[in-house]
Amino acid sequence: MTALDRLTLAVPREQITVLLGPNGAGKTTAIRVITGALTPTEGTVSTFGLDPRADGAQVRSRCGVVSAKPALYDRLSGYDNLLYSARLYEVDPQLIEPRIREAAQRFAIEYALGQQVGGYSTGMKTRLALARSVLHRPELLLFDEPTSGLDPESSQAVLDLIRDMTSDGRTVVMCTHLLAEAEGLADHVVVLDQGTDLIAGSPSALTRRYWPGAVVRLEAEHPERLDTIASWDGVIDYVRGDIATVTLDDISRVPDMIRHLVEEEVRLRRVEPHVPTLEDLYFAVRREASP
Amino acid sequence: MNWHRMATVLRTDLKQLLQARDFWVPMMALGAIFFLIIPTVLLLAISSIGDVEVVKNVSNALDLLPQQAQQQIQGDSPEARTAYALAVYLFAPVAVVVPLTISTAVGAATIVGERERGTGEFLAHSPADVREIYLGKLAASLIPGYFTTIAGFGAYSLIVNLIVGPQVGGWFFPTPQWWVLMFWVVPPFLAFTLSLVLRLSARVKSTAAAQQASGLVSLPLILVAYSQSSGALFGAAVSGWVTGALAWVIALFSLSRGMKAVSRNRLLGVADES
Repeated sequence: MTALDRLTLAVPREQITVLLGPNGAGKTTAIRVITGALTPTEGTVSTFGLDPRADGAQVRSRCGVVSAKPALYDRLSGYDNLLYSARLYEVDPQLIEPRIREAAQRFAIEYALGQQVGGYSTGMKTRLALARSVLHRPELLLFDEPTSGLDPESSQAVLDLIRDMTSDGRTVVMCTHLLAEAEGLADHVVVLDQGTDLIAGSPSALTRRYWPGAVVRLEAEHPERLDTIASWDGVIDYVRGDIATVTLDDISRVPDMIRHLVEEEVRLRRVEPHVPTLEDLYFAVRREASP
Repeated sequence: MNWHRMATVLRTDLKQLLQARDFWVPMMALGAIFFLIIPTVLLLAISSIGDVEVVKNVSNALDLLPQQAQQQIQGDSPEARTAYALAVYLFAPVAVVVPLTISTAVGAATIVGERERGTGEFLAHSPADVREIYLGKLAASLIPGYFTTIAGFGAYSLIVNLIVGPQVGGWFFPTPQWWVLMFWVVPPFLAFTLSLVLRLSARVKSTAAAQQASGLVSLPLILVAYSQSSGALFGAAVSGWVTGALAWVIALFSLSRGMKAVSRNRLLGVADES
């Protein structure tokens, strides 16, 4: 089975790159290839300018990974899990204790460090895994579905923590299939499907690419009377269901459009400028990619 | 090769084992049964029943042993000679069965367990080399079994000397052959078995499958180890050294081959490139 196929992925420094895609798109494999945990059969990988195949240990020591399953040792305490990681990543022995305390405090798990991880809730495990990922001060953080299994409140807290991580100069790559999660978090988006990248760029640039004009939604007492808009100057696209969606070449045309509609005695109920979401973008990309 | 990282893997695996009371309590019980309870009951029974027919028959049976072994059996009375023979020769398999059973049980779960728990992903993304992981886990499987054996052997020696010693003229155990067996012959047998078990653990899909397969591998090895160790006890003084040396060569070869069985792919649970 081919997990990745002609994937081109460039991750900008000190930004959050979100790999978006359905289950089986190749997001987890991409992370494994970046750290050299998996070796691709073809192609080249360069992480920090190094080849993970040849310099795997060096690459991995500069990465922090949180996988979809938190990958913690249930029989050990939270403290021992962190200690294990700190030692494997060869944190200076004198710095281990303060780093553990600092990370645990940052991810609000300090109170449970002495408990066996088997007794932790899913949210606690995720926070411990996040704390573990930063102990050795990695330059690149790779998060694979970090909020899977979390309730909405915990998810939001985790996303806030991830956002916070780039503030001290770290680069973050996060995989998710949850569009709402990526919204507002991603500086850079890569949409993956069947192991290949469909599109990549900043959300605003991608949105401009797919929706170059301004989108306005209109609702009228008699929706069919809105159809006249379709032939007006500056209207790029017009789609009417219960609500009409009008794409204009320039947002400044909206006041004139409203004035004309009022003059034609169209009784408007709602006029709403629409900012396309990442979800709109994702489905537009997928629609375009599907044969 | 980073020995510090290897020691970290070893230490953490041992720590997890110590936390697993449901594992080590039965294992301690196993050691106690083989090293303490059975020998105590048998030796006390033989020493206290006196000059009865069955003891005489056992004593006569000792005449069938190799001449060299017969010369080593101490004691003037039939019960003393029987007790001595049982203490020195009959319980040889104990020294092999206990460490192999414990270490096999630990080793079977070690790689596949990481994969099942998802912690293989953590190790695969860590800077640890697969050789460091392999050797750390090998040592973590070997130490509990060997430690239990040495502790049990110490207790066994005490019991044997207290029960049989007065009849054969004082403390006599461990005999020179037993020292060789415990510190020269048993460790390579253990290492060889574990190298096979770890290879299995890296290849199979579940801990249950690993334990089944390990049982199949370790049972014949227990028999081989038993026959060899018994031979080493019965035979000339040099035979123990020779058996041990051969076992070490085989074990070291198998360990170096076994190192290749652990790969990052296998820790992640994806199809291996090989």
